[in-house]
Amino acid sequence: MAKEFVARGADLELKQIRKEFPGFVAIDNLDLHVPAGQFFALLGPSGCGKTTSLRLVAGLETPTKGKIFIGGKDVTSTKPHERPVNTVFQSYALFPHMSVLENVAFGLRQRKIDNPLVRAKEALNLVQLPHLADRRPQQLSGGQQQRVALARALVNRPSLLLLDEPLGALDLKLRREMQIELKAIQMEVGLTFLHVTHDQEEAMDMADTVAVMNLGHIEQMGAPEALYDRPKTVFVSKFLGQSNLLVGEVTSSSANSISIEVAGNKISVPKARAEKHKGKIAIGFRPEKATFLTKKPASSASTNVIGPGVILDIRFTGTSNQYLIEVPELGNITVFAQNIGQSPVIQLGEQVWISWAIEHSFGLSDLPAKSEKA
Amino acid sequence: MRFSLGKFTLPVYAVLAFIYLLIPIVYTFVFSFNNSLKTNLIWRGFTLDKWTNVCQREGVCEALSNSVMIGLISTVVATALGTMIAIALVRYRFKFRSSINLLLFLPMATPEVVLGAGLASQFFNLGVQKGIWTIIIAHIMFCLSFVVVTVKARVASLDPALEEAGRDLYANPRQVFWRITFPLLLPGIASAALLSFALSFDDFIITNFNAGSDMTFPRYVYTAAARGVPAEANVVGCAVFLLAILIVLSTQIRGEVKRRRLAKKH
Repeated sequence: MAKEFVARGADLELKQIRKEFPGFVAIDNLDLHVPAGQFFALLGPSGCGKTTSLRLVAGLETPTKGKIFIGGKDVTSTKPHERPVNTVFQSYALFPHMSVLENVAFGLRQRKIDNPLVRAKEALNLVQLPHLADRRPQQLSGGQQQRVALARALVNRPSLLLLDEPLGALDLKLRREMQIELKAIQMEVGLTFLHVTHDQEEAMDMADTVAVMNLGHIEQMGAPEALYDRPKTVFVSKFLGQSNLLVGEVTSSSANSISIEVAGNKISVPKARAEKHKGKIAIGFRPEKATFLTKKPASSASTNVIGPGVILDIRFTGTSNQYLIEVPELGNITVFAQNIGQSPVIQLGEQVWISWAIEHSFGLSDLPAKSEKA
Repeated sequence: MRFSLGKFTLPVYAVLAFIYLLIPIVYTFVFSFNNSLKTNLIWRGFTLDKWTNVCQREGVCEALSNSVMIGLISTVVATALGTMIAIALVRYRFKFRSSINLLLFLPMATPEVVLGAGLASQFFNLGVQKGIWTIIIAHIMFCLSFVVVTVKARVASLDPALEEAGRDLYANPRQVFWRITFPLLLPGIASAALLSFALSFDDFIITNFNAGSDMTFPRYVYTAAARGVPAEANVVGCAVFLLAILIVLSTQIRGEVKRRRLAKKH
């Protein structure tokens, strides 16, 4: 059944894209390459230009400057209906005056493809909704509408499928289900998916490659694991998961690592994991990579230690507890600890030292703004 | 005591209000069956003749067919133009957009006598012979604003993403209009057309200024009123009234049936 839809996706390339709207620049100097057959996520907060990028690819907006290539062909000046691209809209945009089946067949009819209804039915099978073919979109639940929108786009076997926050309107449980399903469908049909979202968990869960967007440009791009393990900017370190950041001058440097001095603590980061090796830098670590100790540990070449601090707050989140620790002169540090044994492992107000492996540190290319101190 | 008084005030008031509203209609209806002679003021007995032979009376059916033709032509033209204006005003940003929005209310706010007289003097200045076509031009003019206002509300409630989805699914601009925009605007366009026809059909003032010797139904009745309105005019009036009621009822029933069918499927 799904064989019908297997088509080789095309790659997408954006070159030096700039998009101005009256009064502001939405995208500036955007370069992006999405390899064929990939599930690619554009992740960013609202207003970062990710939806505009998607609309540029669909042809619904024209770039002020730059070129767009789909499968190596320059499509910059073509109209939306001439592009081998289909979109799943955020609001689904199902045609309310047509049945579900007619909605799915719309693109096929436009292109005068044979047996549009047969193919539309196959697409509905793919999203497991063949029994709702005769309904009107208004009679479907949000999750069902989402699937119909997906079928309506997929049935055309586009070189590139664009997804504009397609899961944003669904509740959490349905959303997780759809994430799994969407990923499975992508693997099955082998198309290139460009997925726009502000949900970092969704992006990391589904995408082969994630590009983090901020203020109209791409901050960092890579596999989700790589991005999470080694964020390169303050924005990425905070937007993709949580981070503790420590800022100081580089005071010593060895063959493999550099160190900064903060409030009497020496913090090191491997050179290979630091963007800058000189001057004032920010070093970060993830809350789940750190542990805390009630006694000051002996200094070691392989771990960083800060402290003592005082437990300020404990937040129970089910699988783990989030401990907020106030360290004098450093501000607040967050540490996650799994609830394996007793919970919480430590009480409010206790004095602790925080420790993590040097190889879990990462050095950033920029510094946090004064107001968002670690 | 106080309680029951309050209980009765509202129904009594409502009944009185309806009687007040319905008296002229009931009178017209009843006297359309009057076996009248020259005038239709005194009840002379029941007859169906006036209904079966409306066109017997000279001028009634000529005036009626003129009115229907003028109504249809002005409705088609005003609805087509007004729909395009409405879409342009909602969908596109251009210079003077807000001033056009404002100007559109002018024909609705200006007294009809002023509009009618103004237009008549323009026709006179240009040396245009008054007739059916000058009436049609006048009717298109005053229907246009109503169409724009009615259709605009519908366009504004239309999610632009629907049209974008159409473009995304390989439809060119013309196909997007006919397959998506137009069907979705249709209820608004239909009510605008009905409103236009109703406005055109019963307009007297503007028509009278721009008519020349051609009769429309309201002009016929007005002229005839000097000698007493013939029962045939009552017949036409009632028929139009019944037709309007029928249209309203059938759309109501259709909507209700549709709603129930949807509810059942859920």
